[in-house]
Amino acid sequence: MTTGAVHNNTTATAGEVAVQPLARFDAVCAGYRKPVVGPVSFTVSAGEILGLAGANGAGKSTLLSALTGTARVFSGHIRRRDGLTVSHHRQRPEQPPELPLCGRELLELMGAVQTRYPPQIEPLLEKPLAALSGGQFQFLQAYACLASQAELVILDEPTNNLDGHAIQALSGLLSRMAPHRAVLLVSHEQRFLQQHCSRIIELPLSPA
Amino acid sequence: MDLYMLDQLFRLPFLTGLLLTVIVALLGAYLRLRGEWMAALGLPHIAAAGGVAAVSLGLPLTLGAALTTASAAAIKSLLAGSGNSAFALMLILGWGAALTLSGHLAQGEVSAEELLGGQIYFTTAAHLYAALALAVACLLSLPWLNHRLLLQRFFPDHFRANRRPAWPHELLFAALLVMAVVLATVSLGALPAFALFFVPPWVAFGLVRQWKQGLVLTVALALAAYLLAFLLAILMDQPFGPTLTLLLALMAALRWAVQRPL
Repeated sequence: MTTGAVHNNTTATAGEVAVQPLARFDAVCAGYRKPVVGPVSFTVSAGEILGLAGANGAGKSTLLSALTGTARVFSGHIRRRDGLTVSHHRQRPEQPPELPLCGRELLELMGAVQTRYPPQIEPLLEKPLAALSGGQFQFLQAYACLASQAELVILDEPTNNLDGHAIQALSGLLSRMAPHRAVLLVSHEQRFLQQHCSRIIELPLSPA
Repeated sequence: MDLYMLDQLFRLPFLTGLLLTVIVALLGAYLRLRGEWMAALGLPHIAAAGGVAAVSLGLPLTLGAALTTASAAAIKSLLAGSGNSAFALMLILGWGAALTLSGHLAQGEVSAEELLGGQIYFTTAAHLYAALALAVACLLSLPWLNHRLLLQRFFPDHFRANRRPAWPHELLFAALLVMAVVLATVSLGALPAFALFFVPPWVAFGLVRQWKQGLVLTVALALAAYLLAFLLAILMDQPFGPTLTLLLALMAALRWAVQRPL
């Protein structure tokens, strides 16, 4: 069985060990019409930020989609803790061009309303979503997932289109994650992964 | 005909249209949220075709419209990823079928004209009660539907990722939509119904920055157009459906005339 190479990251900021994993991948081969990734085995436990790395086309996003149920698992199993709550930040969240919603309403949808917001979020709260830049919308979506009550937060390339300040704010949120929660993080930015992940799984390119 | 007679004659159609205006415009806002505004054009034409077909078979017009609309909505739900293309095909099929069938029937031409162009004055008490029932159903379910439909739009994987079924709200929304389409088509006409589904939310969404404001303005614009159209149609002896459609078309200018605050 080919399993993605696992690197323990000594610079992890959130590496608490939990007894029961939130999710367990056992020799999972996943894809849409045919398998594009796997077999891959790993666990995600509370308190950790697990990184998925690999070249374009290695199947990182497909693995995340297999966990959310939008991609097909061809073989192996994904076991989730009973009642697990999940928030999923997609790689390219669609920004509706004209819907009348402001930033605060988007956060309310995910139950991510706070008494205090990071300074980068504050100016976006009353702005219509249609008036946000691509990077601002991406940041708001990632923030909504992180600030929600979901136990497992799935972030797919959350730093895409973000400027340095927004990446810094995202880093702050990741480093303050509650110990009962976990993050499954896909990023092509090795530095970002190294900075935040307690473990990084390197997915090889599938021969197919 | 004195004013009292006029009042008696128009009260029922007026109330039916008033209720349907609020319902249709609100559901139009959610169609726009879901990126499915073409449904407002495709489904009424399928309803019209079903109505004409029912007349040809000696069945109640509303029954035919309801059966074909529900069937079309069910087939669309099975065609994952077809988007607005399926609704465009419904428009083509419905329009063609309604007019072709009507050419072979004694009453067909009248029925097709009523269903496509609209004839609100022919509505009956049954239409009013159905519209009232639909209004109550919308009133009770929209607060629940609202959150789920918004969540699904902005976080499309949310329900599946949390192993929560999306079918209850999908089914409920489809049922409300089918009922609204059928009632609006048989009461107002396919094109006026489309105009009510489409224009008020399209204008409102361009003018405000928050969702609830958008819904309130959608209903307000639809009601203003409806009341004015009803009045003008009577005072100027014009057909109601085209009058409403033209007023809504004129209302579209508001979208460009007023800029949304950023």
